[in-house]
Amino acid sequence: MLQVLINGALLGAVYALIALGLTMVFSIMRVVNFAHGQMYMLGGFVVYYLYGQYGLPFYLALPAAGIVLGLIGVAFNRFFFQPVLATSTREENSMLMAVGTALLLENLALTLFGEKQRGVPEVVEGIFIWGDVAEGGVVLTYSNMLVMGVAVLAIVALLGFVQYTRPGRALRAVAQDKEAACLQGVDVKTTTTLGFAIGAALAGIAGGLLVTIYGVNAGVGSNISTKAFIMVMIGGAGVTKGAILGGLLLGFAEAIGYDIFPGSVTYLIIFVAMIIFLLFKPNGMFGKPWG
Amino acid sequence: MNSLKKRDIYVSFSVLAIMLVLPLFIGQSRYLLSVLMNCAGLSVIALGVWLIFSIGRGYIGQAGFALIGGYTTGILLTRYNLSYWVVLPLSALSAAFFGALIGSFILKLRGIYFSMLTISLTEAIRLAFLNGGSFTQGSKGITGLPQPFSGDSPLPMYYLGLALLAFALLLIWRVHYSRVGRIFRAMRLNEDLAESFGTDVWRYRVMAFAIACGLGGLGGSYFTVFIQSVYPQSFTVEHSIYYMLYCFLGGLEYVSGAIVGAFVLTILFELLREFQQYQTLIYGVLMISVILLLPNGLMALGSSKSEGSKKALPPIGGADTTPGKADAKPMIGRSS
Repeated sequence: MLQVLINGALLGAVYALIALGLTMVFSIMRVVNFAHGQMYMLGGFVVYYLYGQYGLPFYLALPAAGIVLGLIGVAFNRFFFQPVLATSTREENSMLMAVGTALLLENLALTLFGEKQRGVPEVVEGIFIWGDVAEGGVVLTYSNMLVMGVAVLAIVALLGFVQYTRPGRALRAVAQDKEAACLQGVDVKTTTTLGFAIGAALAGIAGGLLVTIYGVNAGVGSNISTKAFIMVMIGGAGVTKGAILGGLLLGFAEAIGYDIFPGSVTYLIIFVAMIIFLLFKPNGMFGKPWG
Repeated sequence: MNSLKKRDIYVSFSVLAIMLVLPLFIGQSRYLLSVLMNCAGLSVIALGVWLIFSIGRGYIGQAGFALIGGYTTGILLTRYNLSYWVVLPLSALSAAFFGALIGSFILKLRGIYFSMLTISLTEAIRLAFLNGGSFTQGSKGITGLPQPFSGDSPLPMYYLGLALLAFALLLIWRVHYSRVGRIFRAMRLNEDLAESFGTDVWRYRVMAFAIACGLGGLGGSYFTVFIQSVYPQSFTVEHSIYYMLYCFLGGLEYVSGAIVGAFVLTILFELLREFQQYQTLIYGVLMISVILLLPNGLMALGSSKSEGSKKALPPIGGADTTPGKADAKPMIGRSS
């Protein structure tokens, strides 16, 4: 059972990272970034090529994934989302654009990388064994330990950035009230771009981390997006602590479920449980009623 | 009659009329007919999605109900040997029933929560069929379904598709351009306000959802006998997203928008076939371009109403409210 809990914590940490990215974009722009899963997938491919194919060290490949996705985020925001938000007569149209970019990224990845499942060699060799495995001991590869550590580190760094730096405060101000932030001299446009870039970069880093465990393929995007939606809905859209809680909950639920139930029954139960939960808490644990 | 409705009528009639006579010219080409049958089936399903957008909800779960319709068809045809003419309405009814049942709970969610939840719902329904044991035959699906028409000609199936399309169009038309349609618009503009004027919002919401899901089941049933099989993978999240895109790209202000979107996008995809491995990529790029250039859909092309004046206050209630620019109601991000 301890093994299951550790797997849950590992998954939960990375999932929280994914959910944080999605919730960041939502809180700043009120856009549900459907392409979040596809950005995760691209992050996985960046690490696959840089680290797995070209032999760059992992500690360089992972930040590279974040930077590449951050740049993609900036470009998407500048060329796709801002024009649509400015000209459309219905705000649902931002959702349309998000879906459009998701399909674009997925088709791009399918064309460039093909449908094959890709994996990378282990980042660090070795296994940590605690107790007798046959009697409930724990097995944890150093590689997985590293993934969990980096995910937690990234979350802490993000929280620190948002809480204690000037751009971080600007982000929070824009999330709270765009007009008021503007009146206080916050550069809303730059801050919005920054928020979108951070959201995309988080997806990229999460993808770069999990590629070391699960590998990656071009079709994984909508699956990850769906998971991200679950986490964000449980925690409440646009709320940081909600995203972290949702991520941890889903990570543990998945690890425990896969231990008990066969195959895809786990997610069936998770979906049903989530729908029932939302009937009682329509805005998630900490969310506000958005529109 | 306002210009929006006029445009809607012209386009709807043209599509139906062209579909009616087209087999005279391409009747021998199985490929062309099957593309058009695809378009017709997708339009039926997308019209349901369109109705949910007209009550102000971003609905991305239609594939789940198409799957329910498809499986109802598959199970009734193989296990009970019923005639397809009994099975087809039953499939629509079962999807509508489950839609009303699920909808009566989830429709109280709004905005992005509803959208995200319906995505999850698609996946949940797929997983339910995947784990349905011997009843749904798991990932093997139900195969070898009998065709409703004897003979080799694809034309009967084609005209069945056209008939279903005409039925779905008529149904949505009747709903949208009637008192109920005005209530739906009032609900999109401001649900709380509509409720405070004595509208039984809950009832109308569930009604809209049942109709929408019923159309999903109808289309799902058509596709199931069309390809003579149904699998859990037959209708997935990706399909749900495409149904939504058809409505958006066609135009949410027009009933025929869903049809135009389904036809244009499906035919476009087929036209791009000669680019082979770049087909999906070019398709994606073109789709983004349309969203950028025509954010209000293809039907708004050349319409003076499509431009600007986002801030205009919506006239609420009132006979024949123009469902155009006036009710530019933000669905996402309204802080209430």
